[in-house]
Amino acid sequence: MDTAGMLKPSSSELDLDRPNIEDYLPSGSSINEPRGKLRLRDLLDISPTLTEAAGAIVDDTFTRCFKSNSPEPWNWNVYLFPLWCFGVLVRYFILFPARVIVLTLGWIIFLSTFIPVHSLLKGHDKLRKKLERVLVELMCSFFVASWTGVVRYHGPRPSIRPKQVYVANHTSMIDFIILEQMTAFAVIMQKHPGWVGLLQSTILESVGCIWFNRSEAKDREIVAKKLRDHVQGADNNPLLIFPEGTCVNNHYTVMFKKGAFELDCTVCPIAIKYNKIFVDAFWNSRKQSFTMHLLQLMTSWAVVCDVWYLEPQTLKPGETPIEFAERVRDMISVRAGLKKVPWDGYLKYARPSPKHREKKQQSFAESMLRRLEEK
Amino acid sequence: MGNTSSMLTQYDIEEVQEHCKHAFSQQEIVSLYQRFCQLDRNGGGFILTDEFLTVPEFAVNPLSQRLLRMLNSLNFKEFVAFLSAFSPRVPLQQKIEFIFKLYDSDNNGKVTFHDMLDVLRDLTGQFISEQQREQVLTRVLEEAGYTKDSMLVLSDFVKILGSSDLKMEVEVPVD
Repeated sequence: MDTAGMLKPSSSELDLDRPNIEDYLPSGSSINEPRGKLRLRDLLDISPTLTEAAGAIVDDTFTRCFKSNSPEPWNWNVYLFPLWCFGVLVRYFILFPARVIVLTLGWIIFLSTFIPVHSLLKGHDKLRKKLERVLVELMCSFFVASWTGVVRYHGPRPSIRPKQVYVANHTSMIDFIILEQMTAFAVIMQKHPGWVGLLQSTILESVGCIWFNRSEAKDREIVAKKLRDHVQGADNNPLLIFPEGTCVNNHYTVMFKKGAFELDCTVCPIAIKYNKIFVDAFWNSRKQSFTMHLLQLMTSWAVVCDVWYLEPQTLKPGETPIEFAERVRDMISVRAGLKKVPWDGYLKYARPSPKHREKKQQSFAESMLRRLEEK
Repeated sequence: MGNTSSMLTQYDIEEVQEHCKHAFSQQEIVSLYQRFCQLDRNGGGFILTDEFLTVPEFAVNPLSQRLLRMLNSLNFKEFVAFLSAFSPRVPLQQKIEFIFKLYDSDNNGKVTFHDMLDVLRDLTGQFISEQQREQVLTRVLEEAGYTKDSMLVLSDFVKILGSSDLKMEVEVPVD
């Protein structure tokens, strides 16, 4: 039986940015290779495929990435419960108002200095940028204070140098604020509606942010160009990218998009790990709006996290951008104690591309035809 | 239990266990219920096709469409019964029955050449021509003593698959 009947794989791959899932999936996880002549039994025995499907129904690594595990209630007996009630009173009626006051104060100070600086120093760009940077960092410190953020930074602080980008794992939008209070990064973000969007278009614009729209396919090329232009500029703030593209629950990392790794610059990884002792900082955007998420943080005792600035990496000779991305993801996952899963974060919003299924079909077909030849 | 409460009573658990003929332990049923509620996002009491397809590992499976036909509008009790074919506590006969049901799409107790061809098409996609598929299936059927017009029943499946070391087991994670 010749192989003339074999058709070429379909070219349904439109997104150039999506890394090949086959490079990540553990090989040998599917149908193991039986030997011997093809019999009816082999064609009818679909149990490996069925087992995979049932396994996915029962538990799958993708959903696990976005599960927010509710903490074990500790207030379950007679003397702990009043203690917990007392804690609730303190958090909601003492801490929360104090924090709101701190935040409002911060906003007042920020706006009353930022707006004059922004409008009056139009001509003196260098000074204006410097001041705006300091002000944005200050504002972020106020934000962090408003959740009683206990952040430990490890490693050398980021510097402003051309041809370098920073990448970090993503748990919530507060990742950005926590990093921003130390260094005024320029960031690439999804454009949000509401008051966050307003902030994005006014204040963040001053530190040089790039917007993208997940739902627009053409957008990717435009954004890639903006990224390249930004890193070339010596004067621009260092660019911070979250290559996962979506918020993950800080126990796993999903695949890194290769966009940040093909800009021909040094990549400086940053690992962020939140301690869930007082609050779970994972922003489950499907369950909560950002406002609710912030309010949840502001009515908790503290947000505790560790930030590690890791050694800058460059593309090794002979390494593809995807391999580079995976290597950096490895570094970040190991440092922050996260497990890696081979899924694209965008699968939260869209179906997997048909080519993944086609790969399975292809390997089954090839195995079948090969065994047909055997005697 | 068709409602959206996230609490299973002991009575509910036992009822489900009876229904699936003790294929799962009570702890596993509780885990499966958590999973069911996680997938049943709109809380309607059964998992919609779209909700199953949000699991990428399931969506990329070549047999997902056929399985979705069987999974359509199952409440939790039926969901557990469906999965019972994948329990290690269940005899080989039940697993073969499950496979037979998957092939027998019109549910008339007979699997025809076309039923088998349909499943083979799902598994191989466009990487084999239709003609080649028919040729392979016919040849393999004839070697096993059947013809293209044979209609296989469950006992045929048991005969063909019964001697093989069929492995069809899934582990339910228990906290």
